[in-house]
Amino acid sequence: MPSASRKGNPPMSEQLIKNGRVVTDPRLIVTLAEGEAPTDIAVPAGPVLVPLAVWQARREELLARARSGELGVWLAAGEDVAALADDVSLLSVIGLQFPKFTDGRSYSAATLLRTRYAYRGELRAIGEVLRDQFNYMTRCGFDALQPRAGRYSDAQLEAALTSIADFTQPYQHSVKDPLPLFRRVSRENSQEVQA
Amino acid sequence: MYQYDDYDQHLLDERVAQFRDQMGRFLAGELSEDEFRPLRLQNGVYIQRHAPMFRISVPYGHLASRQLRKLAELARNHDRGYAHFTTRTNVQFNWPALEAIPEMLAELASVQMHANQTSGNCIRNITADPFAGVAVDEVADPRPFAEILRQWATYNPEFAFLPRKFKIAFNSAAEDRVVLRVYDIGLSLVRNDAGELGFRVLVGGGLGRTPILAEEIAAFVPWQHLISYCEAILRVYNRWGRRDNAWKARIKILVKALGVDAFRREVEDEWALAKDGPSTITEAEFARVAAHFSPPAYDKLPAHDAEFDALLATNKAFANWVKRNVRTHRQPGYASVILSLKKTGTAPGDVSATQMDHIAALADRFSFGEARMLHEQNVALADVRRQDLFALWQEARTAGLATPNIGLLTDIICCPGGDFCSLANARSIPVADALQHRFDDLDYQHDIGELDLNISGCMNSCGHHHVGHIGILGVDKNNEEWYQISIGGTQGNGTTLGKVIGPSFALNEVVGVVEQLLETYVDLRHEDERFIDTVQRLGIAPFKERVYAERQPQRKPAHV
Repeated sequence: MPSASRKGNPPMSEQLIKNGRVVTDPRLIVTLAEGEAPTDIAVPAGPVLVPLAVWQARREELLARARSGELGVWLAAGEDVAALADDVSLLSVIGLQFPKFTDGRSYSAATLLRTRYAYRGELRAIGEVLRDQFNYMTRCGFDALQPRAGRYSDAQLEAALTSIADFTQPYQHSVKDPLPLFRRVSRENSQEVQA
Repeated sequence: MYQYDDYDQHLLDERVAQFRDQMGRFLAGELSEDEFRPLRLQNGVYIQRHAPMFRISVPYGHLASRQLRKLAELARNHDRGYAHFTTRTNVQFNWPALEAIPEMLAELASVQMHANQTSGNCIRNITADPFAGVAVDEVADPRPFAEILRQWATYNPEFAFLPRKFKIAFNSAAEDRVVLRVYDIGLSLVRNDAGELGFRVLVGGGLGRTPILAEEIAAFVPWQHLISYCEAILRVYNRWGRRDNAWKARIKILVKALGVDAFRREVEDEWALAKDGPSTITEAEFARVAAHFSPPAYDKLPAHDAEFDALLATNKAFANWVKRNVRTHRQPGYASVILSLKKTGTAPGDVSATQMDHIAALADRFSFGEARMLHEQNVALADVRRQDLFALWQEARTAGLATPNIGLLTDIICCPGGDFCSLANARSIPVADALQHRFDDLDYQHDIGELDLNISGCMNSCGHHHVGHIGILGVDKNNEEWYQISIGGTQGNGTTLGKVIGPSFALNEVVGVVEQLLETYVDLRHEDERFIDTVQRLGIAPFKERVYAERQPQRKPAHV
């Protein structure tokens, strides 16, 4: 396999979680190295996620591959998802990046893509994707969770699946739970807990 | 007071299990320090000078007596027999073992308490008027809204990794008792011309290195839209707040950078698309939560109690305490009492396990089993019969909780400072201690009158020094502790940031400087003028001149 990273970004694991199961997915994440122009780089054949800038610069050229599902687009944290507003029905894979797991911008980006822009395809968390954020990511609409290569052993990734269900009946509405708890269940008749 | 149902309890139990697992993986080396840090912070665990510091949330300051007893038990079993009550109505333990925290969380969960999001870059504990539901000047009870918003903020998946911490407060009365304008979001309950309830929304306040007072972005948001409006603010902030520099990452910096009008437009645009969505609060949910805060079963009492009036006239110590520590109540024959945690010789806000048990017993006997934390680091019993005040006072005195100094010089707001906190530049407790000892004389304190003296050990401003009539800030100069002094800050409706009087002072100078500030006030005050009134009338110049008259030549400015 060609390396998924080009200078700087560590490669993402080929083992990732999709819809609550560990799967192997060799989709290549193309990154722009410093000084590289989106118009110049070669987009490798096969399944890829390309940076937003590449997509915007070469939309016509890449359109067929996007339609077939082979090519998806990823956004860096802080890139405005509105840039994909017209492409949500066309794309079947969108990646949102977590440069650090403490950078929470992509939670809002995911929420907006799923709700405001009604995106229905695969929404993949890439970058520093850790099991202790799986529950929040899933609730914000990510259905694919791709940690960095080497961060988790196969056994650890399998064990990490339980973290997706850390909170089974959360208070808030979110992508995963379109209604807040007070509309989801009948709390008027719920049992008070004696402490 | 809000009682958990199965849903609340199950969620909290899941949180306890989650953190127990995270701690286990951390101790097993599966989670790195960096990966674990934000997780432990969002469960209230700091690593401090001596041991972990564990910060427990007390939502809008409400404590049931059984919760106080649980805190006392934890203080005995896992700490050194005391806890610290903070300016954000949290409770801190300074000496627990890291490994013990999951067990402490489980203990807390058994009395519907937690340490959710008491640190980290997330939505923190939400505060409200400590006299909610009893204050004479109240517009409406803020607690149902504070609880509804607490639930929305708890484990909120979109806003767990904000650029920086995020604090929300509710004011609900004519007089602001929460320092609303220093919050990231300040929500003021108001009625519109049609008599409907809603919120005036302020945004972008905060103390810290760059103190800024919040500004209004909405004059009236109907209560049904409280969540969606806050969500809009948080989303704008989460997407566009700065993340490159922790000192510039609070929402106040974003509001300043955009300008409040542009920020308002961003929020309004966001809100327009989310308003009337599923987060709109239903009448049924409001009624469900509000029912937990309905008034207790008050006795029908006359407004005046002859025996109480007689004691007031004959017992000077009792009368002093009533004057300083008792507040009026909307229910005839009742009053609210403030128990002082500012006895000279005790660090402000520190409460021993025995005292927590005492407060629990007083709450059970005199105030329907509930106590409330004040941001001034004292504890209120909100619903006391006036005829019980004398008995309560006697018991509180025995417990060391009846110092009649509320609002006076020795009622100092003070952070734990350099004795405990690893962020601090200087110690604050020894400063408070020296001041309390020097000005312990109650007659002198009463003569000086109302005075807010606030101390922070660093510019993170946990001790609210910016809004103290006298504010003391610990600073570091070449690894030495120095103290910068400001005057003219105020909390309440006219919240103002104090002005620094000049170069900073050594620890052993601070008491003398405060003394000179007070002497200046006594010399210059008009009749019935408080310290702050004199400062506002004359400015800082006469105070500054007096303080620096002898000190000037050898000084250089500490901060430029």
